[in-house]
Amino acid sequence: MGTALSTWLSLVWLAVVATAATADDLAPVGYVTVTPGSLTSVLSNSSDNRPIPVKPFSVRVTPVTNAEFLNFVLKNPDWGRDRIASVFADHTYLHGWKSATDYGDQTDRQRPVTNVSWFAAQAFCEHEAARLPTWYEWEYLAAADATHADARKDPAWRARILAWYDTPTDMHGPTVGGAANYYGVRDLHGLIWEWVEDFNALFISPDSRNQGDPDKLKFCGAGALSLQDKENFAILMRIALLSSLSGADTTDNLGFRCARSAVPNLTHTTPNQ
Amino acid sequence: MNKSIHSVLSCKAARIAVFAFGMLAVSCHSVAADQTARAQRLPGNSIYQLPISLTDQDGHEFRLSGKRGKPVIVSMFYNSCQFVCPMLIDTLQMTEDSLTPVQRNSLSVLLVTFDPARDSVAVLKSITNARHLDAQHWTLARTDDGSVRKLAAILGIQFKLLENGDYNHSTALVLLDGEGRILGSTNQIGEVDPQFAKLVRDAAK
Repeated sequence: MGTALSTWLSLVWLAVVATAATADDLAPVGYVTVTPGSLTSVLSNSSDNRPIPVKPFSVRVTPVTNAEFLNFVLKNPDWGRDRIASVFADHTYLHGWKSATDYGDQTDRQRPVTNVSWFAAQAFCEHEAARLPTWYEWEYLAAADATHADARKDPAWRARILAWYDTPTDMHGPTVGGAANYYGVRDLHGLIWEWVEDFNALFISPDSRNQGDPDKLKFCGAGALSLQDKENFAILMRIALLSSLSGADTTDNLGFRCARSAVPNLTHTTPNQ
Repeated sequence: MNKSIHSVLSCKAARIAVFAFGMLAVSCHSVAADQTARAQRLPGNSIYQLPISLTDQDGHEFRLSGKRGKPVIVSMFYNSCQFVCPMLIDTLQMTEDSLTPVQRNSLSVLLVTFDPARDSVAVLKSITNARHLDAQHWTLARTDDGSVRKLAAILGIQFKLLENGDYNHSTALVLLDGEGRILGSTNQIGEVDPQFAKLVRDAAK
């Protein structure tokens, strides 16, 4: 009896190990732990625009690459461009790839994957027990330069970032792995635009000068958000883009990275009733 | 290792582990559910493709695709909303009132809360009772935060939790056909949107 049980348990162990060993053919994914803090967001969340606390979390150092996304598609064929339900991605989903299971040249391997929908990005992150970062998490990371947690008041830094938005876009642009910022995170600016988990929370009043005149019947609660720090164009452009998208939309410059809450991720479990 | 053998093996491993440790049931369940969804061949543009699980006002769990078969008006709300949400239910009731009894019987209403933390099954039940909602046609439901975000995204509804616990959200009544495809929607509440009402009547024939 004891022998049978131990044989059986070692079989279980072997099966689990075998599964784990084939789970990832790529190099281990790099997540970096981000020091918690607070952020004065360009989106006001309260009347006095108090800083928003950012809880501890970890985040992918670089955006997800074509090679990593292909690895995900091979394991989850329903997310291939030949199989994906149209409700989850529009017709330009992964359209830069040669085929559903081929992203193209070897040089594309380390390029960030783009033309991915929010649903596909979410599914990818869930596949590695993660989620997309929230807007505030992304904005918190993106406020840093190489040596300061918040470089947003530095005109030279702002100008450098803005210069990228002037550069014509190119799907075959640089690969991931730019310079690390204060948190050790790379490529937040200058490479791609990125999905956030709560992209559909970024609605702003069509004219945010119209304080106190939101369409009350359209918006429950306090009405649309208003924008702060109106000189921070680079960040405001991100919000403008994200708030105009629906979850199935894809664009040539829009990719993503994943994040994890430092505490066990409770977002995707049902709370006690 | 061959892909299909691998997936069979890992599922078997998971089942053994379930037996041994009573866990990992979810991953196997979702594989099986996905296979079922494929077998029934939902259209690609059906929002029932979203593999989320909800709980209704009576505590029964159901998949979104469980609504398949009849046209449904879907919307999202939260109970502590003072202004728009009661009007949302009024508007849905007015839309129902514009139907013949036969049409009403072939239509159902699904209201999902943005606020699963506060809108428990008991709260959903109390709304159903207080507003005299016919439980045969009306489902008030809750799900987890991640699924709320996905459902809102697929319906084109925007929402944000504010510091004071309120939700800032756009309001939409979305009409689905029996296969979960979006036939139309309206942002008009407080009165019946005549064009939307016509879509509903046509769908409920």
